Amino acid sequence: MSLKLSERGIILPGKSLKLPGLGRRSFLKQSLTLGALSLLTGCDASDESAVDRMLWAMSRWNDKVQAAIFDGDKPAPTYAESDITDPFPFNAYYSESRAPAVAEEGFALELGGLIANKESWTLERLRALPQTSQITRHICVEGWSAIGKWGGVPFGDFLRQVGADTTARYVGFKCADDYYSSVDMATALHPQTILALTFRDQALPRKYGFPMKLRVPTKLGFKNPKHIMAMYVTNDYPGGYWEDQGYNWFSGS
Amino acid sequence: MRSRAEPQTVRGVPSTNPVHMNSALTISDPATPGKGRMPVHSLAVRIFHWLNAVAIVTMIMSGWRIYNASPLFAFRFPREVTLGGWLGGALQWHFAAMWLLAVNLAVYLIIGLARGHFRRAFFPVSPGSILRDAGKALRGRLPHETGRYNAVQKAAYLGVLAAIVVTILSGLAVWKPVQLQELAALMGGYEGARLVHFAGMTAISAFIVVHLALVLLVPSTLLPMILGWARKPAEQTGVEGHVP
Repeated sequence: MSLKLSERGIILPGKSLKLPGLGRRSFLKQSLTLGALSLLTGCDASDESAVDRMLWAMSRWNDKVQAAIFDGDKPAPTYAESDITDPFPFNAYYSESRAPAVAEEGFALELGGLIANKESWTLERLRALPQTSQITRHICVEGWSAIGKWGGVPFGDFLRQVGADTTARYVGFKCADDYYSSVDMATALHPQTILALTFRDQALPRKYGFPMKLRVPTKLGFKNPKHIMAMYVTNDYPGGYWEDQGYNWFSGS
Repeated sequence: MRSRAEPQTVRGVPSTNPVHMNSALTISDPATPGKGRMPVHSLAVRIFHWLNAVAIVTMIMSGWRIYNASPLFAFRFPREVTLGGWLGGALQWHFAAMWLLAVNLAVYLIIGLARGHFRRAFFPVSPGSILRDAGKALRGRLPHETGRYNAVQKAAYLGVLAAIVVTILSGLAVWKPVQLQELAALMGGYEGARLVHFAGMTAISAFIVVHLALVLLVPSTLLPMILGWARKPAEQTGVEGHVP
């Protein structure tokens, strides 16, 4: 079982997406390191306790397990219009009244990192791309869930359109509310991952993330950044606002 | 009431009693009983029991903290009995301890099935025998017999094992409602799986309360789960008449 997992853990589904530097040996090595953690106290300059380091190491292990079991072609369940939660809950690390108000005028999505064409994108240009929509369940890390309808540009199509290196490991996002997050490339290319421009067929309202949010029905809610201002493709682990505080990074559903 | 003269295990010799527990798991047992001692729990059973105890307590206490972030019902668990400090910490504990719980349980199930531990320790058991022994227990007429389970104990241990399995499966459905959506669908989807997960936790917690209460009532059961052996029945006094 573990061998199988470690074999699969290095390959993300779809299009020969091998993660560089994540071979089976390093996978096993890290498992061993996990067991040897207790022997390494004092090696880390930080003042984290051994228990904290063990918990973080387990979280990184769980990232690998989740990447291994993630099926890039398996769709999240979809629902009927009548199932949509109304009102759809607002959720952020601040109250609704403090949600950032981004003006469409002058806005353009910035691209960075391993992307061939880094030209920025206005909403108008994004709306001109082929659109899709979905009614899916948003599951919060807290446990509650709500069903919503999002529409926008299939994110994989967008990445290919701008010449992103889809063999890179991560896509990172920077948001108008100082939020930031990142997803693995396999999830970014999942057919239901969309750059959402609408909610319930209306322009995405401010409270749900205007000008755009990443809708990822295969991940927990906090992996769906809102008010996206910039995105970049990278092989360097980008972390995230909650992820850096302790929420599991992969957080796949 | 059962007779005290009922055959008990002689050291190293399988009892004529087919449900004797120790003969089942024969991984080298250091609990070599001396004079007046009889083996009760094999080393494998004891290791499983205590690792499982640590895993279950960690899972429940961190799980209560996770529950508190978005309660299913109109109450929260007191902070003092939760683990993790905040939601992120509780999730880290929960998703670390789940490996201990699952791996330990898997090893126990594999060894237990392969060596006939379950067959000997928990079977035969029937609804009739459970009712009969439960009736005796309620009247205070069910003796604790070191080294063998009465029908109520068999039902309780099989029941809590089933509850743990259901709680693990529903936990997987809550954790992976997309990748394991077929499993989640069996429980009515994501929200249904949350309820099943909570119900499983409740059943396990109820077992723990009764389990600990009975250990307090019959304290002589505690040391055998640590040392592996108990004093021979001739030296056991005052245990009859207790509930199991």
